[in-house]
Amino acid sequence: MKKNIFVYCEITEDGHIADVSLELCSKGYKLAKELKVKLEAIVIGANLNHIAAELAPFGVDTIYLADDNRLFPYLNLPHSSIVSKLISEYEADIVLFGATSIGRDLAPRVASALRCGLTADCTSLEIGDHYIKKTDTTYKNLLYQIRPAFGGNIVATIINPDMHPQMATVREGVMKKETVRPKKNMAVVAIEVDKYVSETDFVVSIIHRQIEAPKVNIKGAQIIVAGGYGVGSKENFGLLYQLADALSGEVGASRAAVDAGFSSHERQIGQTGVTVRPKLYIACGISGAVQHRAGMDQSAQIISINTDPNAPISHIADYNIVGTVEEVLPKMIKYFYQNSK
Amino acid sequence: MSFRILVLAKQVPDTRNVGKDAMKSDGTVNRGALPAIFNPEDLNALEFALRVKDQREDAEILIITMGPPRAAEIIREGIYRGADSGVLITDRKFAGSDTLATSYALSLAIKKLAPFDLVIAGRQAIDGDTAQVGPQAAEKVGIPQITYAEEFMGFHGDKIQVKRRLEHGVEILESACPVLITVNSSAAPCRMRNAKRLMKYKYAKTEIELQELNEDYLQMFESRPYLKLKQWSVDDLKADVSLLGLSGSPTKVKAIQNVVFTQKESMTMGASDAEINKLMKSLISSHILG
Ligand SMILES: Cc1cc2nc3c(=O)[nH]c(=O)nc-3n(C[C@H](O)[C@H](O)[C@H](O)COP(=O)(O)OP(=O)(O)OC[C@H]3O[C@@H](n4cnc5c(N)ncnc54)[C@H](O)[C@@H]3O)c2cc1C
Ligand SMILES: Nc1ncnc2c1ncn2[C@@H]1O[C@H](COP(=O)(O)O)[C@@H](O)[C@H]1O
Repeated sequence: MKKNIFVYCEITEDGHIADVSLELCSKGYKLAKELKVKLEAIVIGANLNHIAAELAPFGVDTIYLADDNRLFPYLNLPHSSIVSKLISEYEADIVLFGATSIGRDLAPRVASALRCGLTADCTSLEIGDHYIKKTDTTYKNLLYQIRPAFGGNIVATIINPDMHPQMATVREGVMKKETVRPKKNMAVVAIEVDKYVSETDFVVSIIHRQIEAPKVNIKGAQIIVAGGYGVGSKENFGLLYQLADALSGEVGASRAAVDAGFSSHERQIGQTGVTVRPKLYIACGISGAVQHRAGMDQSAQIISINTDPNAPISHIADYNIVGTVEEVLPKMIKYFYQNSK
Repeated sequence: MSFRILVLAKQVPDTRNVGKDAMKSDGTVNRGALPAIFNPEDLNALEFALRVKDQREDAEILIITMGPPRAAEIIREGIYRGADSGVLITDRKFAGSDTLATSYALSLAIKKLAPFDLVIAGRQAIDGDTAQVGPQAAEKVGIPQITYAEEFMGFHGDKIQVKRRLEHGVEILESACPVLITVNSSAAPCRMRNAKRLMKYKYAKTEIELQELNEDYLQMFESRPYLKLKQWSVDDLKADVSLLGLSGSPTKVKAIQNVVFTQKESMTMGASDAEINKLMKSLISSHILG
């Protein structure tokens, strides 16, 4: 039994490994070390010569490379055929996917084909045992798949005692991207694509495609000025941009602010948006619902600006400024410039 | 031969109104404690189906829902909005199913309704937020899938064209039928109930519901067969029980925790010039800013 950890690596529009996949390799590396198994990556796409070098600093032992012009852009059937077959062939025990539009399209199809469990949108992955009293059996070294459930009101730990592999999807930004010393003997296995896909895997075709490279990178920002429904209008969001400019930060938003049209979806922070952990998070007119906190409560410092001193966010903020966004932000900008000269 | 569209729709607890007793100790949802609603994205799925039907005279829409007897409400609601009929899949043996077991049961119902041309599901259900059942049902039935659908773009010969909404853009895919499509909340909202259909179908009932009714009703059903809603059990589906319910579900809930606030030591302050000035100074001197 090989029992290794596999990461499905997504390819971005410009031909690189997606950040979310590198983050998963970092997590996979730690899990593999704990379990004393290997970390293996599946990369499927076209023109992938440079990919091994990109993955090397993340501690990958083996890369399974399916390089074929028909395999980029992503299509469900050919990718699921390859992934399902590789997982069975090489007896993967844990398989991780990004919780992206690709990962969430692919992973359930693969899980169904392999008749195994899949946990979506995990916020934490750990290794642990499970004891069943009734049969007095202990399952060793299971993957604890921890995720918010029920609209974020609870946190559930999911396990797959019997049916393996254990599969999970994780959103971008949840795991930390960390490089390690590259493995000396990293192996690259080129897949003979025709053995894994058939003609019928191409019954769905792409007839038009318009994908833009992500414009904002709130995940990488050290300082985030985030606005909620309390900001009141798209115009008032301009104040957030001014403050973010002054502080060299980025602007984020709550779902209520996105739904109200104050900001675009790509800036949404929280359970169904991105997870951030900046040095400083300035929450402007955000109440601090659990689903929002899930994406920002690991920020090193939190300042909240809210008219309500008892808003839930006040429990996790380091500084609670009681006041309106309209009044406080211009003052913050003014005194930042005055004091930083 | 009609063009048959199957819509997978789920009755879900309204997770926007969650109280304390919403979860049972075994980690499953206590559905009784919450108002039950039509899963929001399944309404988008129904509208998608109705738009296909708007273009194809010969289209017929059937709702498939799996759940407790009261989930029959979903079929009636779907019919009021324009679906033709539906099937309720209900059996105690389904209780505790995870997405794999659920998709197995749904796939048997889909195959039993063959021949069909489209299967349309919501992207995800708000009780689990997994978005897994659609793709898993497609795999089990052995048909391709198109997820994140936002718009029905029409037919090109006998192929369907669908616009998908992805994180950073859009894609138009073309597929032969049958294909399973999962629909996003960004797609068109579902049309309202039709008053005439409401009058005509409000007495539509499943077998279980019929048992609670009196003689007069039963007579009405004899004369109006369209009021009878199909109801299928594990036996009707010839399902392998070992693949259903808790035993057929690879995922188990090990533990459940309520989300608790970890109280931080925090400072509450006003918005005066002096206070903001002091704050900015201290942030700069501690190198958090600048
Ligand atoms: C399954 C699910 C997933 C979700 N995912 C996310 C997610 O990823 N991200 C997310 O953010 N939300 C998410 N939500 C929604 C979340 O529950 C909240 O509804 C949302 O975060 C509230 O946003 P808000 O704080 O901006 O708005 P509100 O809750 O309306 O709060 C506005 C705040 O502004 C204050 N205020 C009003 N006027 C002013 C003023 N002039 N100046 C200063 N303060 C003012 C008010 O006192 C209040 O505290 C999700 C919900 C569900 C069910
Ligand atoms: N019990 C069910 N009955 C009918 N359809 C379902 C059921 N469960 C899930 N679905 C369909 O699958 C979609 C995704 O569900 P989920 O994977 O639970 O997020 C839903 O939007 C429905 O269209």
